[in-house]
Amino acid sequence: MVNIEIDGKQLEVTEGAMVIEAADDAGIYIPRFCYHKKLSIAANCRMCLIDVEKVGKALPACATPVTDGMKISTRSEKAIEAQKSVMEFLLINHPLDCPICDQGGECELQDIAMGYGSDVSIYSEQKRVVENKNFGPLISGDMTRCIHCTRCVRFGEEVAGIKELGATGRGEHMEIGTYVQLSLSSEMSGNVIDLCPVGALTAKPSRFTARAWEMVQHKSIAPHDCMGSNILLHTFRDQVVRVVPKENEEINETWLADRDRFSYEGLNSDERLTVPMVKTDGQWQEVDWDTALQKAVGGISKLLSEQGGEQLGAIASPNMTVEELFLLQKMMRSVGSGNVDHRIGQIDFTDQNDEPVFPWLGQSIVDLENNDAVLLVGCNARHDQPIAGHRIRKAALAGARIMAVNPMDYDFNFSLAAKKIVSPAKLLQELGGILKALAAASNITLPTGLVALVINITVDNTHEKIARELNEANNASVILGLDAFAHPRFASLRAIANQIAVLSSSKLCYLSNGSNSAGAALSGAVPHRGPAGDASALKGKSVTDMFADKLAGYILLGVEAELDCAASAAATEALKQAQFVVSMSAFCNAQVKEYADVLLPVAPFSETSGTFVNAEGRWQSFEGAVAPLGETRPGWKVLRVLGNLFECAGFDYVTSREILDEVQALTANTPLNNDMPWNCPASLVIDAQGFESIVDRPIYAGDCLVRRASSLQDVAQKHQFAIRVNQNVAAHAGLAEGEQAMAKKNDIELTLPVVIDERVPDDGVLVPSYLSHGSTTGEVTLSRV
Amino acid sequence: MTAITNYFKSLILVELFRGLVLTGKYFFRKKITVQYPEEKTPMSPRFRGLHAQRRYPNGEERCIACKLCEAVCPALAITIDLEERDDGTRRTTRYDIDLTKCIFCGFCEESCPVDAIVETRHFEYHGENRDDLYMTKEKLLAVGDKMEKQIAADRAADAPFR
Repeated sequence: MVNIEIDGKQLEVTEGAMVIEAADDAGIYIPRFCYHKKLSIAANCRMCLIDVEKVGKALPACATPVTDGMKISTRSEKAIEAQKSVMEFLLINHPLDCPICDQGGECELQDIAMGYGSDVSIYSEQKRVVENKNFGPLISGDMTRCIHCTRCVRFGEEVAGIKELGATGRGEHMEIGTYVQLSLSSEMSGNVIDLCPVGALTAKPSRFTARAWEMVQHKSIAPHDCMGSNILLHTFRDQVVRVVPKENEEINETWLADRDRFSYEGLNSDERLTVPMVKTDGQWQEVDWDTALQKAVGGISKLLSEQGGEQLGAIASPNMTVEELFLLQKMMRSVGSGNVDHRIGQIDFTDQNDEPVFPWLGQSIVDLENNDAVLLVGCNARHDQPIAGHRIRKAALAGARIMAVNPMDYDFNFSLAAKKIVSPAKLLQELGGILKALAAASNITLPTGLVALVINITVDNTHEKIARELNEANNASVILGLDAFAHPRFASLRAIANQIAVLSSSKLCYLSNGSNSAGAALSGAVPHRGPAGDASALKGKSVTDMFADKLAGYILLGVEAELDCAASAAATEALKQAQFVVSMSAFCNAQVKEYADVLLPVAPFSETSGTFVNAEGRWQSFEGAVAPLGETRPGWKVLRVLGNLFECAGFDYVTSREILDEVQALTANTPLNNDMPWNCPASLVIDAQGFESIVDRPIYAGDCLVRRASSLQDVAQKHQFAIRVNQNVAAHAGLAEGEQAMAKKNDIELTLPVVIDERVPDDGVLVPSYLSHGSTTGEVTLSRV
Repeated sequence: MTAITNYFKSLILVELFRGLVLTGKYFFRKKITVQYPEEKTPMSPRFRGLHAQRRYPNGEERCIACKLCEAVCPALAITIDLEERDDGTRRTTRYDIDLTKCIFCGFCEESCPVDAIVETRHFEYHGENRDDLYMTKEKLLAVGDKMEKQIAADRAADAPFR
């Protein structure tokens, strides 16, 4: 600690800190453009010049370390004169187009110019003009406004991990742009909009929609991944028009994934369901709530009295709130059915009775950074949970060894110390190899039964390396991601991964599906347990069984089963044959209209109050930001009324807070624990011949909201709808890039162009989900068309 | 003594004749009454009457939808919707002034960075229903087109003081 004095204020600050950091901590404002607390120091804008006693020249506060006894003045004549001069230079080439600039009203340059700018410029020469650049569908680049602070460039290098933006030219000719004419591809690219202190980089989807001063800001929680990023919804005329991050050091720091930032477009899409609808004689009719609820209750009651509770199933999206999921399971169990599930991204449930109460991250999000070794199993954290991906990247930059056993060679923005990229059927074998290497290296006897399973597996260098890294690390994690959850033998995979974690003293971690898988499991929206893992609750069928057994009636909550469920083909088939289907969702599409009988519009996250529990077990509540659109009603209210109509006990809630209090009282003592007893898998060999299908999970197709966010869809367009194979497979099947080919599996056929993609392993074919999802195992035949 | 003087003054009606002298003076002086509507008083170029939207000489509307007038309007009489026009410029799709709310303070004109919204000398308008007093973008532009010469002359006359 050293003692310094800023503007007459005595401060004690950490040695080595920069003056600007000390001033920020003490609440003393120093103007700045290029300095950002999350980025490296560039000291190129010179706006933060300060006057230090006994130093001749003014010094930049962001690049001057504190020394003992330093006396600093930020408001002395010398400092002010220096700052004003810098401002004058910055304004020389900055256009006076504030009235048409989207940043106007929330612009750092505008604000600081009010304080330090002169009212008249003495510059009468021509201003510099830079051609506008196209950075893709998300970011609009008016580069004449750029003041070359290089925050965006540093963000790309240091945070996003992709050097896409850079400065070319020098002095007057310096320009910020992409090196090649490509749009920004980072999954966190939207953050440059917040970083840009001027209007050079602004959000394209919300371009020219509203002024900063007109928007109302509401706190909320991002509804797409299990991180629960804190966000601010900006509304204008009762519509969400912009989303920006809300700083939370423990979760998203100052960042936000593009999916969370731009998915709000889906909230205003034309496919919103705004009135209750019922199908009578095959015709859809818009009706009032009473009629729709009566029809729903009538249909379900008839089914319950004729065929019993086992013939009714409820499937919810893991993106629904704790309150909605709790009421859904409470209603289902009250009417005599335990068939309620939210685990739509999973197929194999054989070990569900031993699984932890909720899929926990095994540590806090901040602690992800402190790992020395991480083994990703079926996990594409960078795309599926970008904030977790960012934390893992930070760990990697700090020297952690990141390793992956994945069905695809995902483009991570950190380097992998070791990787095994194999088709899904071989994942178990590879994990078995790691386990064997681990046992051999540390002389541990493997549990009974396991020895026989791994006896035929040949351990190679990669297995040994992964085992060694996990063993040597003080703080290691084995992370199961969405590909692992969707694996046809998830139970075996989890057993082996858990064993690896146990033998190497690592943590077993889950990066679960959707924004509220943890909350859903805690509130009992699972067939094998009640709230807080209560084993005495009425039991029922898992989502896979509900579809496989073709029930008579289904209640869907926020799910588009044909797209969201891992077993989508089975889901579509089961729903089509069902006698009665009630779909409660904010959206509607043609396929839902085909199988549903009643459509009830329930509010998306922006229009209801609710709670999400993120992967680390943090409960985060939010309020509705705008009024429900049209006749839409908050899901918890609809479920409460349904509960009343079914005459279930305990459905007298007046506010969502009462429901939350009830769930929290039930779950108060739930331990954070991912331990599982050892259950030996029957075998590690999955019979697979020919090419195996690998589920293509495009980054912006995960839930019904993001699928309707048009700008994100424009970004993803390049990726979707193709048969992707690597060069070897293409040569073997006689296919060439761009050709049309037909992929056939079981009875489903799909004709799409071929794309050569070296990320796909040798025996796999990456295909859109509705082909691969029928049943994930099974051979795909490829033929030219 | 004063009391006696005042007594005699009141007897000979001094105040009355003083008053009549003043009346007489005005009776023969030049009249200031204006025979409205045949005659009109002179007007300042800064007169704040009916609003108008102006165009550039090439016919392009001036308004760039910066929304400053909407923000500054103390009566909340202005409503603006905007879009990015096909040529990439920022333009209004809706620019409404509710004259029944407007207090004719002139802040909109003052805040306009491109002199698009102005208040003209025209004050003799009426409406037979509320809609007539709801100025839309088309109506405002029409007023501007009709009175552009006067508007331009007024802005030029006032320019040295702005």
